[in-house]
Amino acid sequence: MRKIGLPLYALESKDPVKDFDIVAFSLGYEMAYTSVINMLDLAGIPLHREDREGLKNLVIAGGTCTYNSEPLCDFVDLFSIGEGEDALCELAELYGKAKAGGWSKREFLRKAADIDGIYVPEFYDISYNEDGTVRAITPIDGVRPVVTKRIVQDFEHSYFPEKTIIPSTEIVHDRVVLELFRGCIRGCRFCQAGYVYRPVRRRSSDVLAEHAINALKDSGYEEMTLSSLSTSDYKELNVLCDKLLDYCEPRKISLSLPSLRADNFSFELMERVQRVRKSGLTFAPEAGSQRLRDAINKNVREEDLFNTCRIAFEGGWNAVKLYFMLGLPTETDEDVKAIADLANQVVYIWKKHAKNKSRGVRITVSTSFFVPKFLTPIQWEAQNAMSEYKRKVQLLADTMKNRAVTYNWHDPETSYIEAVLARGDRRIGKVLEEVVKNGSGLQAWSEYFSFDLWMESFKACGIDPDFYAARERSKDEVLPWDMISAGVRKDYLWRERETAYRGEITPDCRKQCTGCGANLIYKGGRCDE
Amino acid sequence: MNRILFSKTGMAKYISHLDLMRTMQRALLRAGLEIKHTQGFNPHPHMVFALPLPVGCESCCELMDFELVKDAGEEEIVSGMNRTLPEGIEVISAYVPERKLKEIAKLEMEIIFTFDSGATEEKADRLRELFERNEIVVNKKTKKGFSDINIRELMDKVEISIYNSSKIRLSAVIAAQNPSLNPLLITTAIGNYEPELAPDQVSYNRKEIYDNEMNIFR
Repeated sequence: MRKIGLPLYALESKDPVKDFDIVAFSLGYEMAYTSVINMLDLAGIPLHREDREGLKNLVIAGGTCTYNSEPLCDFVDLFSIGEGEDALCELAELYGKAKAGGWSKREFLRKAADIDGIYVPEFYDISYNEDGTVRAITPIDGVRPVVTKRIVQDFEHSYFPEKTIIPSTEIVHDRVVLELFRGCIRGCRFCQAGYVYRPVRRRSSDVLAEHAINALKDSGYEEMTLSSLSTSDYKELNVLCDKLLDYCEPRKISLSLPSLRADNFSFELMERVQRVRKSGLTFAPEAGSQRLRDAINKNVREEDLFNTCRIAFEGGWNAVKLYFMLGLPTETDEDVKAIADLANQVVYIWKKHAKNKSRGVRITVSTSFFVPKFLTPIQWEAQNAMSEYKRKVQLLADTMKNRAVTYNWHDPETSYIEAVLARGDRRIGKVLEEVVKNGSGLQAWSEYFSFDLWMESFKACGIDPDFYAARERSKDEVLPWDMISAGVRKDYLWRERETAYRGEITPDCRKQCTGCGANLIYKGGRCDE
Repeated sequence: MNRILFSKTGMAKYISHLDLMRTMQRALLRAGLEIKHTQGFNPHPHMVFALPLPVGCESCCELMDFELVKDAGEEEIVSGMNRTLPEGIEVISAYVPERKLKEIAKLEMEIIFTFDSGATEEKADRLRELFERNEIVVNKKTKKGFSDINIRELMDKVEISIYNSSKIRLSAVIAAQNPSLNPLLITTAIGNYEPELAPDQVSYNRKEIYDNEMNIFR
C-alpha cells in the first residue's frame, strides 16, 4: 500500500480512513499496540495526539488491555474504559454537539472527560521518581482523579447485535456469538478478565433464545457459539440449550459450547450439542499441583479432572488436551514435575476405563509462559526470567517420559514483551513507535514478531524492559494505571495476593461474597441474580 | 430443483469460489428460503455451481442449482436473494432447470489487456499472429504436478481488436469443461511467447455459456 501510495481504507465503504471523524480501535491484547500505530501511519493520520489539531480524526480505543492505557497515551486521544454500549453513544452525541458548535479539540476532550468511563490522558500529568517508578498522577483542569469503568446496568434488556455486517469472505469468529453473561464468579487470581468484567450479570434464557433466533435469521449463519468466561456456570444452561436446539436441530445449525470447566462438565450436554465429532476435549488445570492451583485460586480438584476424564474415555473420547502455565508465583520444581504426574495419571485412567483401546490415546500437555497482568492480585509480581522458564520447560520435558503424552511449549519471547507492555507506562510509547518505524506493525502475528527488533528498540529509547517485566513492586508503589478502577478495590487485590501466598483459596461469588467492591458500581442490582 | 442465473461483477470478482458458496447459502437463509441439506454423517447445504469462476474474473452468466425445503416462486427467489446479496452479485432469473449442467461445453470470454505503453495496431497484429498458431503450449500446475497443455486447441473464434488507446480486447470461445481452459493461461501464454507484449493489467469477463452445438445454455 505504501509502495503505490494507497491510503488505508474502510473495508465496507472503501472510504479512506483519513476521511472519518472518529477512528476507533478495539484492542484484544497488548501485542496489537504496534498495529494501531502502523494503521494510523498507513491512513496518513498524524501519529501523535498533539499533532492532530481540531476534531477531525479523533482517535479512540478500548478493550480489556486498555484498562492500562498508558503505553498508547502518546497516540490515542481518549479511551473507553469498560463496556462501551452506553458510553460510546454519549460520546458520539457530545461529538456531534462539538462539531456543530465549532468547539476546540481541548474543549471537547474536557467535556468528554466527564462522561463516566471515558479516560482522557491529556488531563493526567505523570511525574516520576529517580528510580523510575511513578511518583504521582496529577489530574488537571478539575477532572476526576480516578476513572471507574463503565458497565451496562441492565444487561437483560441491553442492546444485542441481532443485525450484523455479513461478510462476503471468511472471517474469524464467522458465526453467531451469543453472549450469555458478563463477569465470572470464579476469581482465579491470574485471570485479568475474571477481575475486570465484574460484577456478574446475565441474560435470561428467554431473552437469549429470542436474540439467537433473530440473529440466525438475519445473518444466515449455520453455526452459533455460546460466549462467556465460563459457560458451564450459566445458571439456566440446560434450559437454554433445549430452547436453542429446538430451533437449530431441524435447520442443521450447529451449536458450540466453549469454556467448560472440568469440575461441572456435563457429558449429557456435550452429547446433545455435539452430535457430530467425538474427538478431543480440552481442559485448563493451569497448574500441576493442588497446592499451586489453590494459590492461584483455580479451584479445580484433581478428582474432578480425573472423574471427567474417566467418563470421557468410557464414552469413547480418546484425546485430551491439558493447558498449563509455567512461571506462576510461588511455583517450585515440585509443582512443575506435578504436571507430568497429572498427565501420567490421565493416561492410567484411560488404560483402566477406555472401552476401545485399539485406537490408542493422545494426551497433549501445553505450557505457556505466565504474564502477570495489571488489575489482578498478581499485578505486583515479577515475571520469571526467560532463562528460568526455559529451565522449567526442560525439567518438565525430562520428567515427562510417557509415550502417550505429547508436550508442547510456547516460546517465551512474545510473553516477555507482552509482560513489559501490560504493565508499561507512558514512556513505552516511543518504543512502540521505534518498533513500527524499523520493522513491522504486525507484532501480534508470530510470522512477523521480531524479538531482536524489540530489544534494539528498548535500547535505542534507553528503556530497561526488565524494569517492567521482571521487577516486584512494593505495596505502596504508585502503579501507572492507578487512575483507572475496574470496580475491584486495590486493597482487595492485595489481600488476595496475601491469601495466595498462604496457599488459601477464596470461595466463588456464588458461595460467598468476599467484598471485592465491584458490586458498588452496579447501582440497584445484585451480582449474579 | 431450482436454478438461478446470476452475475458477479465489480468488487465481487474478488470473492473466491469457497466464499461465494457461503455467501449464497447465507443469502438464501436470510431471504427466508431454507435450503435442503445433503444426507449423511456431516450434512451440508446442497448447492451445485455450473462452472466455478476463477477469482478476479467477472461474469454475467453464472448458474447455480439447489433444492429448497419448501417450494418458492421465481419472483420470491430473485427478489429475496437480491435483497440480501452483497453488491456485485445479482440474481437475474430463477427457474426449474430442463437441461443438465454437464451439457455445458463452451464459454465466451472477453479479455481486456491494458498496456501502460499504449495499445497499438502493431501490438494487436502481433497478438493475432500468436493466436494464428496451431500450437500454444503452456506449463500448467495440476493436482499431480506440472504438465504441458496446448491451449490453442481449447480456443475457437479468437478475435483481437483495439478497445481504446491503452487497451486491447481479445474475445474467444473456449472449452468449458472436460477439459476446461483457465483464461488466465491465455495471459501466461502471451508472457511466454511474446514477453514484450506482456500486459500491465488484465480483466476477464465471462460473457455467455453454450452447449456443444453453440446454443445458449440455461
